[in-house]
Amino acid sequence: MAGGSRTWMGLAAPPALKMAAITMRLPVPRKLVGPSASRGGEKHLVAPGDTITTDTGYMRGHGTYVEDEKLIASVAGAVERVNKLVCVRALKTRYNGEVGDIVVGRITEVQQKRWKVETNSRLDSVLLLSSMNLPGGELRRRSAEDELAMRDYLQEGDLISAEVQSVFSDGAVSLHTRSLKYGKLGQGVLVQVSPSLVKRQKTHFHDLPCGASVILGNNGFIWIYPTPEQKDEEAGGFTHNLEPVPLSDREVISRLRNCIVALATQKLMLFDTSILYCYEASLPHQIKDILKPEVMEEIVLETRQRLLDLEG
Amino acid sequence: MASVVLSEAEKLYIVHGVQEDLRVDGRGCEDYRCAEVETDVVSNTSGSARVKLGHTDILVGVKAEMGTPKLEKPDEGYLEFFVDCSANATPEFEGRGGEELGTEIANTLYRVFSSESSVDLKSLCINPREHCWVIYVDVLLLECGGNLFDAISIAVKAALFNTRIPKVHILEDEEGSKEIELSDDPYDCIRLNVDDVPCIVTLSKIGYRHVVDATLQEEACSLASLLISVTSKGALTSMKKMGKGSLDPESIFEMMETGQRVGKSLH
Repeated sequence: MAGGSRTWMGLAAPPALKMAAITMRLPVPRKLVGPSASRGGEKHLVAPGDTITTDTGYMRGHGTYVEDEKLIASVAGAVERVNKLVCVRALKTRYNGEVGDIVVGRITEVQQKRWKVETNSRLDSVLLLSSMNLPGGELRRRSAEDELAMRDYLQEGDLISAEVQSVFSDGAVSLHTRSLKYGKLGQGVLVQVSPSLVKRQKTHFHDLPCGASVILGNNGFIWIYPTPEQKDEEAGGFTHNLEPVPLSDREVISRLRNCIVALATQKLMLFDTSILYCYEASLPHQIKDILKPEVMEEIVLETRQRLLDLEG
Repeated sequence: MASVVLSEAEKLYIVHGVQEDLRVDGRGCEDYRCAEVETDVVSNTSGSARVKLGHTDILVGVKAEMGTPKLEKPDEGYLEFFVDCSANATPEFEGRGGEELGTEIANTLYRVFSSESSVDLKSLCINPREHCWVIYVDVLLLECGGNLFDAISIAVKAALFNTRIPKVHILEDEEGSKEIELSDDPYDCIRLNVDDVPCIVTLSKIGYRHVVDATLQEEACSLASLLISVTSKGALTSMKKMGKGSLDPESIFEMMETGQRVGKSLH
């Protein structure tokens, strides 16, 4: 009933002096940057309850159910058809593990021979002690002392990068850090986005030319960190550089973090090229301005334009 | 408060960033996040406001009802605060979990508004010793994204600004008993003067410096924080320290001054 009498409160303090800059604004309906021109096939989007087809010759896959001889969607997403199998892939969902995915996770529990890792999925993932790299990269049978020293390697709250080894029948994911590029993560910033926004690519570890590195976890956890100088770390990620990160690197990391948040808010796919273009588009603005709605729209619009030019 | 678990390296990164005046999202130590304020959102209240500060979402509803004045202040109305931490905010608030935090916030609000000059309570009086307006302020926490107190105080101020209290006429009967008549016209109402209502500024101590408007991650790194309520003219009305850490007395003065500057621009 009430149309909402909007009042204007407060003004932004002039940023000339070193005063606090506070902006209050009225909520405006956020405009999503318009849908890009369809490239190739049109996506068939459905909402829960929409009929997909009335043809009974199809097998039903995930996200569908049959009622009255009609195939109806149970989640909101895009319809995928493989020969006779019809399934609906949800747009916003928890992470579903697939073998070979790279994930970034946070340790929640230390149990007898394994760690429980939170990866934004329905169940906590599992990292077995036998799947973990020992410092120095040695290969030996894990003994009882290793079990007692588990907490020295990884504690609750630590972040790790790992690869999915297998998926249990209930959907829980088993991880391994058997390569030297995985392991505990050091100083940096974590950004959480929806898992469906991370594009599947050959490699998820990127060293961006602007001066920082980024790990795009398939589960939606994105880790931004300063590029380490020496690339050959035999420790496998256990010894960490705890020195303060220089200010120039910090600015790059903060800018990247804001760009990724902007792209995620506007529902753009995240991969190294899109992040790089967004970073370049945001250079004329101040870092903290990127999160303002108008600036965000402008930057994402420019990024989308460049990506379309790249494709076509 | 709801908190996130962070690794040691992440905390170190945040602390070093604060020392150099560059926080994780690019703000300086004295910058607020972008805030959205909307009033008159709930239609069956006397006044309401909704504030979104980053991920923090607060809804405040104000209802004015008739009641009897308190014995020690017979010619003034009074305000009652109630804070509800909804389970939507974090799973910790499920059931009785949010009550402790809710009572803490309500007590803080009582202290902030206890000063004589913040709200003109005499204007809320209808009949001395018999009738007065009681303003019930209900705060609902929809989402907890760090810096609850600042957002709540902004929302309360906006809601009080939006409150409309109907005008009251007192009729004398023949036997001497008084009858109260509320005017039916929705536009015939009095508004509260909120010029002197203070706003809370939370300063969290991280490392050797303090930051304004901490996010959840920054709150996890800070050991102690100071809440001060500042009016638009820069006067302090109340102060409260929270957290397990200790604050150096000199740093308290520094933080107070910062809070005053920030508080003035917040209004």
